[in-house]
Amino acid sequence: MAKEKPDLVYGTLDMLILKALQHEPRHGLGIADRIQQMSNDILRVEQGSLYPALYRLEAQGWIKAKWGVSDNNRKARYYELTTAGRKQLAAEKEHWLRITKGIDLVLAGG
Amino acid sequence: MPRLRAWFSRLFGLSRRNRRDAEMAEEIQAHLDLLIERNIAAGMLPHEARNAALRQFGGVEQIKEAARDQRIWRWADEFLQDVRFGARMLWRAPGFSILAILCLTLGIGTNAAVFSWIEGILIRPYPLVAHQDRMFALGGTTRGETEGHGLSYPDFVDLEKNSTLFESFIVDRIVGTRLSVGDRAERATGGIVSANYFDALGLRPMLGRGFRPEEGMGRNAHPVTVISYLTWQDRYKGDPAIIGKTQYLNGVQHTIIGVAPEKFHGTFIGYSFNFWVPTSMQETFDSTGYKLEDRGARWIEAYAFLKPGVTRQQAQAELSAIAQRLENDFPKTNRGQSFELFPLWKTPFNAVGNLSPTLAITTGVAFFVLLIACANVSNLLLARSLLRRHEMTMRLALGAGRRRLVKQLFTEGLLLSVIAAAGGIMVAYWCRNALVLVSPVRTPGITIDYPGQLDWRVLVLSVAVCIGSTMLFALVPAIQASHADLSGALKSEGSGVVGGSGQARLRSALVFVQVALSFVLIVGTGLLLRSMVQMQNSDPGFSTRKVVVSSVDLLSAGYKPDRAKIFYEQMLERIRTLPGVESVALARVRPFSYAVYSSAPLEIEGYQPPRNEQLTADYNEVGEGYFSTIGIPIVAGREFTRNDDENAPPAAIVNETMAAKYWPGKDVVGQRLKVKDKWMEVVGVAKNANYRTKLEQPTPFFYVPVRRNFVVQNGFIIRTEQSATAVMNAFVREIHALDPNLAPLDTITIQEQVDRMSYTQRLAVTLVAAFGGMALFLAAIGLYAVISYAVSQSTRELGLRMALGAGVSDLLRLVMSRGLLLTGGGIVLGVVAALTVTRLMGNLLYKVSPRDPLAFGLAFIIMIAVALIACSLPAWRATRIDPVRALRT
Repeated sequence: MAKEKPDLVYGTLDMLILKALQHEPRHGLGIADRIQQMSNDILRVEQGSLYPALYRLEAQGWIKAKWGVSDNNRKARYYELTTAGRKQLAAEKEHWLRITKGIDLVLAGG
Repeated sequence: MPRLRAWFSRLFGLSRRNRRDAEMAEEIQAHLDLLIERNIAAGMLPHEARNAALRQFGGVEQIKEAARDQRIWRWADEFLQDVRFGARMLWRAPGFSILAILCLTLGIGTNAAVFSWIEGILIRPYPLVAHQDRMFALGGTTRGETEGHGLSYPDFVDLEKNSTLFESFIVDRIVGTRLSVGDRAERATGGIVSANYFDALGLRPMLGRGFRPEEGMGRNAHPVTVISYLTWQDRYKGDPAIIGKTQYLNGVQHTIIGVAPEKFHGTFIGYSFNFWVPTSMQETFDSTGYKLEDRGARWIEAYAFLKPGVTRQQAQAELSAIAQRLENDFPKTNRGQSFELFPLWKTPFNAVGNLSPTLAITTGVAFFVLLIACANVSNLLLARSLLRRHEMTMRLALGAGRRRLVKQLFTEGLLLSVIAAAGGIMVAYWCRNALVLVSPVRTPGITIDYPGQLDWRVLVLSVAVCIGSTMLFALVPAIQASHADLSGALKSEGSGVVGGSGQARLRSALVFVQVALSFVLIVGTGLLLRSMVQMQNSDPGFSTRKVVVSSVDLLSAGYKPDRAKIFYEQMLERIRTLPGVESVALARVRPFSYAVYSSAPLEIEGYQPPRNEQLTADYNEVGEGYFSTIGIPIVAGREFTRNDDENAPPAAIVNETMAAKYWPGKDVVGQRLKVKDKWMEVVGVAKNANYRTKLEQPTPFFYVPVRRNFVVQNGFIIRTEQSATAVMNAFVREIHALDPNLAPLDTITIQEQVDRMSYTQRLAVTLVAAFGGMALFLAAIGLYAVISYAVSQSTRELGLRMALGAGVSDLLRLVMSRGLLLTGGGIVLGVVAALTVTRLMGNLLYKVSPRDPLAFGLAFIIMIAVALIACSLPAWRATRIDPVRALRT
């Protein structure tokens, strides 16, 4: 299992990647950028660690990849969410919300 | 384990690995390029931009390695994980694992063994022959009869000449003979084969050569022989210079021109041949004379290879057309005659045709054993899943998917059955020659050979059985596991002895099925045993007591008919004076022997046969006193006397069926029939008897006097109080007194002769009984496991009952009644199943109804007895429960 940066909650990288791909296909750097941007720079993905995660998701059938051309005319591999991936995203999101809600409650109760 | 994983990943990834690696490198490079570009845009110098990009990205090579790890096919990874885990779990419960593997080994092993027998005997009996799928047995048929018989040589030659859809035809006629090497003479079995035999089969002799085309022709012109590998090894000690040496076959010197490949035993399934000679030598090996120019003599066992792409129907149509033409050209010999292609497993030429129903039933029985074994393992797994409930709920609680749990259980099951399949294939390997062990014939010179064949098809089928049975037995526990709910697991299992939770009910259902299946098997065994006994006891129409049969091999000693006649006259005199001998008679064919009766076209005076139908009947040539000696009553007229010889008017004795068919309501004695252009008068009517097997239907049959046309080879029928051994010793003495070079062939009681012909029935009984025993054993284990488990689960309840005053007998009754209830239910189901299944055994049953009450009753008693035994131990244990301790826990 690849190490993830400590500032990312363990096990959430997959979910974040799926989320980043929700609306459009992106390449690796684009995904890293998107996560950083959506989190208002709170979450920084170590870019290298993206790839093991991407291949894992691809093997699961949640995303699929194809070669394309980036905005500045470079060849890049674009990742796209599959239907199974959308379902998985929804499931993980729900799971996450439930857990964080629980954690919130625990922390809130003084 | 890491090495195994590496091996797996290599296996799966090898082909894609390079391409994938290149793609990954390219992708990462593109990423870095984008970063560098961005950094330059932000004002960095190119080398600064590059370093920064690498820093941002992280260690490229480590990441590549980490990414590769993810690349390995995920399922393979998970699968390996499951296998590792499963192996640990099995290791940790060795008792369970061994029991489960043993059950499955029995189940898979029996199936693999049966498959290998079917493959080796029925489907591809000739492992060395290519294109067995295009090979068919070719027999002659007589209009109005269903069974095939041999071809005549002229017909065979015409077929070869006139057909276009066939690649080749071969002749193979089994002969027994005397093989002499030096002064050592032994019986040997061989084949008269067409000259193209080895070429058509695609076999190259391992030494020397096969036959040349010209060696098939010319009366006695080519005394050459190819010997089998075993003969070469046994008789000639593997002599490398064997080619060109000679051996005496039936007293005629033959030159050895070749040695057949090691694993080739000939094309007569069931026998392992010692040698082959070309068709030109037929007369040397046949006591009934030269037949290569006789269109009426149908003696050839033939095989045909179709050309590629030709269907059996097309080929059959061509054969029928040729038969039609031959019928027109040679009405005298060929009226009503045709040819038919038989699949190899229906060949009319050897015992295989009789074996196939036995093997069919055996397949069914083996499948039953497998089902019972699966039910057992399923039961064991269920029991274990209770023990592992904690583990399962823990894994579910920690976030394992239910699918993953099910997969885990299936993997464990697969592990079990793969080990069992390996064991099963080993069992099949050991059993490959088991069918021979049941064979009744122990005649010197005949090597019975029914080999199982463990080729890739059998292995594939066994693997399929292994996977299929995994699905079967792991299914129920897996469903259970996937339904396990977290909260339910926390509650305690409160199963009583009588009621039981859902799971207990499921396990009971499995025992139910087991009991039912074993019941069916026991009924089947019982039915087969009963028919065996019936057959043993049934009256073949001649006396089976006090009659001994024997014969002397005069043919191979080079006797001609004149000399043979003198020999027989003298022998009859000598045997008659032996102590204890009441009478003796000659017969060309002894009943129930492997020798073939002659068959002849008939004409009946005053009987008009249906159009296009050629009347034929089998007949035997017998001497004076035959009927009284063998004990067939003469119901009208007289039996043959010494005076019925070549000078007397031709006489015949017909059996009752023949009399009733052709002369209904008439006085048969004095009527006339024409056999082979010769009119003869019926002088007597004999009671019907069995001639070949006890299973045969009554058919028209007649007898002619042996003295009219003495043949070299006759059998002796001796009525005596003495044992077969005593007769044999006296017999040998008398023979040697006449000619020291002669030796008797087997001297046996006629009862033994009859028993030999019930081989397939005996085989069926043995196989079904063996498998049925296994199934019963498995079912008993299942029953025992369920009951003892129920007892152990209800210790509390039983303790409570004891505390409230229940006595030992009450508890015994409670536990036993649960076991008997299960058994009873299973038996009811079994009765229903047995009633439908046993009907399929029809053709193996002899004078026993498929609903025979005795067999059913016996099965019932056995089942109940086994249930009582299986339940008594747990019941006894129940009475030993200490109520105080039981209640406290």
